[in-house]
Amino acid sequence: MLNKSITELSHELQRKNISSTELTQFFLSRIKQFDSKLNSFITVTEEHAMQAAKVADAKLAHAKGGPLTGIPIAQKDIFCTQGIKTSCGSKMLDNFISPYDATVVKRFNAAGMVMLGKTNMDEFAMGSSNENSYYGPVKNPWHLSYVPGGSSGGSAAAVAAYLTPASTGTDTGGSIRQPAALCGISGIKPTYGRVSRYGMVAFASSLDQGGLFARTAEDLALLLNVMAGFDENDSTSSPQPVPDYTLTLNDSLQGLRIGLPKEFFSSALDKEIATAIEAAIQEYEKLGATLHEINLPNTSLSIPAYYVVAPAECSSNLARFDGVRYGHRCKNPLDLEDLYKRSRSEGFGKEVVRRIMIGTYVLSAGYYDAYYIQAQKIRRLVRHDFEEAFKKVDVILGPTTPTPPFKLGEKTSDPLSMYLSDIYTIGVNLAGLPALSIPAGFTQGLPIGMQLISHSFTEARLLNIAHCYQKATDWHTKTPEGF
Amino acid sequence: MGALMSLTSKEIKKMAHLARLNLLEEDIALYTQQLTSILNFVEQMSQADTRQIEPLANPLDLNQPLRPDKVTEVNQRDAFQAIAPQVEAGLYLVPQVIESE
Repeated sequence: MLNKSITELSHELQRKNISSTELTQFFLSRIKQFDSKLNSFITVTEEHAMQAAKVADAKLAHAKGGPLTGIPIAQKDIFCTQGIKTSCGSKMLDNFISPYDATVVKRFNAAGMVMLGKTNMDEFAMGSSNENSYYGPVKNPWHLSYVPGGSSGGSAAAVAAYLTPASTGTDTGGSIRQPAALCGISGIKPTYGRVSRYGMVAFASSLDQGGLFARTAEDLALLLNVMAGFDENDSTSSPQPVPDYTLTLNDSLQGLRIGLPKEFFSSALDKEIATAIEAAIQEYEKLGATLHEINLPNTSLSIPAYYVVAPAECSSNLARFDGVRYGHRCKNPLDLEDLYKRSRSEGFGKEVVRRIMIGTYVLSAGYYDAYYIQAQKIRRLVRHDFEEAFKKVDVILGPTTPTPPFKLGEKTSDPLSMYLSDIYTIGVNLAGLPALSIPAGFTQGLPIGMQLISHSFTEARLLNIAHCYQKATDWHTKTPEGF
Repeated sequence: MGALMSLTSKEIKKMAHLARLNLLEEDIALYTQQLTSILNFVEQMSQADTRQIEPLANPLDLNQPLRPDKVTEVNQRDAFQAIAPQVEAGLYLVPQVIESE
C-alpha cells in the first residue's frame, strides 16, 4: 500500500484487495510512527476515522461506492469540522470545537472519504514556512532541519511522508503551491470562487481559496471533482459548472502555447532551480508544445500590493476574535476594552499581530487612498498583465519559488525576507487565477517545484498539462527517505 | 506617500489600540522597526501610474448575489452558545459596559 496513488488505492478497494478499515489503520499507524518527527498533525481523529471507514466498507460491499469512497484524507485545520477542534494553528482557537462542518468537509464526507485528522499550519494561514504555529513548526520530510513551506505546511508534509494520500490546503498568496514545491508533491489552487469558502476560516476574503495536495495530478483531478462547485452559502462562489476533471487528463499537448515570463527567470532565480525548469520546458517541447516569451511587468509590484491588501482584509476578518462568543477569553476582564485587548493579545502570535497592525494602518483615515486603494489599482494592473498574456499563450510556466527550501529559523527574524519569497505565486492570487505546482527535480536533496498558471476556470486543462508531464517524467514518484 | 518614513512608538500604540491589542513595552521597539520596514517596502507602489485605473476589489468582478427575503435558517443558538465562554439566558456575558449613575 505504501506510496500508492489515490487512483491505485481506489482500484484496490473496488477489487476488495483491501478494506477501507485496513487502509485507514495503515495510515493511522504511520501517523503514530512518524508524525512525532514532522509535527504535521494538530488533531488525529482516530475514532471518527474508524467509524467513517466502517461506513465506507459497507458501501463498498454493496458496490455503492464512488471513486473516493474509503480513501483517507487530512483536512487543514482552517476548515471547520463539526464536533472536532478547529484551531487554525492558533492559541486563539485552541479551545474551539466547531459547531458545523465547512462545505468542503461536508462534500468529502459525502464522497465517502475518511478524515484522518486536522493538519498543522501557520497561524490563521499567515506565513510561508509553518514556523508560525501555536503548535510548533512542521518539519520538511526531505530534511528535518528544513521548513516544509507554509501556510499549509502540515498538509504538504503529511502527503510527502505518505501519512495520508490526500490533504486539503488553502492558498492566499501561495500557501498551497509553495509547500507543494518544497515538499516535492502536487498541489493545486483553483480559480477564486471555484471552491466554497463556507466554513473555511477567513484570512483575506478576496484572495483565499481552498485547494488540494496529492502525489499526482490525476489524484488532484479526482479530488477536485468533489471539492469544486457552487455553494449558496458562499456569496463569492461561482456558478460555473464543474467538468469531470479526469476526462481530459490525457488530451494531447500538441500545439500547446506555453508562456515563459521574463520576470520569472531573472538573476534572482536560483541557478539549480532554473536548470530544472529548463529541463521541464524541454519535456514540454517534446510533447508538442511551443514556447513564447511573455512579460508580466507588474510582477515586482504584486508583493507590496499583496502585503497591503491581505493584511487589510485580515485586520477586518480577525476582528471577530474578541473573547465574547468563542475562542480564547482572558481571565477576569476589568472592562470591555480589557476583555478585547487581553483576549486578543494572549490569543494571537507575533506574525498575526504584525499583519493586523499593518492592515489597521493602511485602512486608517488619511492612509486609505495612498495604500489600500493604490494596492487595489495595482491589483487591476496585475490581472491585466495576465489577461494580455493569455491572449498569446494557453498556460504560463515558471518556477514556484526563487530559492530552494530554507532552514528552520533562517528567515524568522526578518519578516520581509519571508514575504519576498512569494514573488512567483502572489500575482496569481491577486488575479484570482488557477495554478498548480508539481515536482520538477531536486537541488542538493531538496525538492524543486514547477508552477503552471492558466486562465480562470480552466483547471481541466491545467491538470491535463501537469498529468502529461508526469507521464513523461518520474520526479513525482520520488519519496523522502526514512518514511 | 513619498520619502521613506519612520513610525513612532506613539503611532504603533495608536494602531494597537485601534486593533484592540496590547503590546508589551519590550516588544514596541521591535514592532516599530518591523512595521516601519514593511511600510517602507510597500512605498514602491507609488511608482505605478494608476491615475486612469479603477481599484479591483474582487478578482471575478462579482456582484453581491441576492436571495428572496424568506426565513431559511434554523435557530441553532444552543449549539453555538455551547462553546461560548460565558452565557446566561441566551445572552453572551461581558463586563459591564454602561456606567451606573
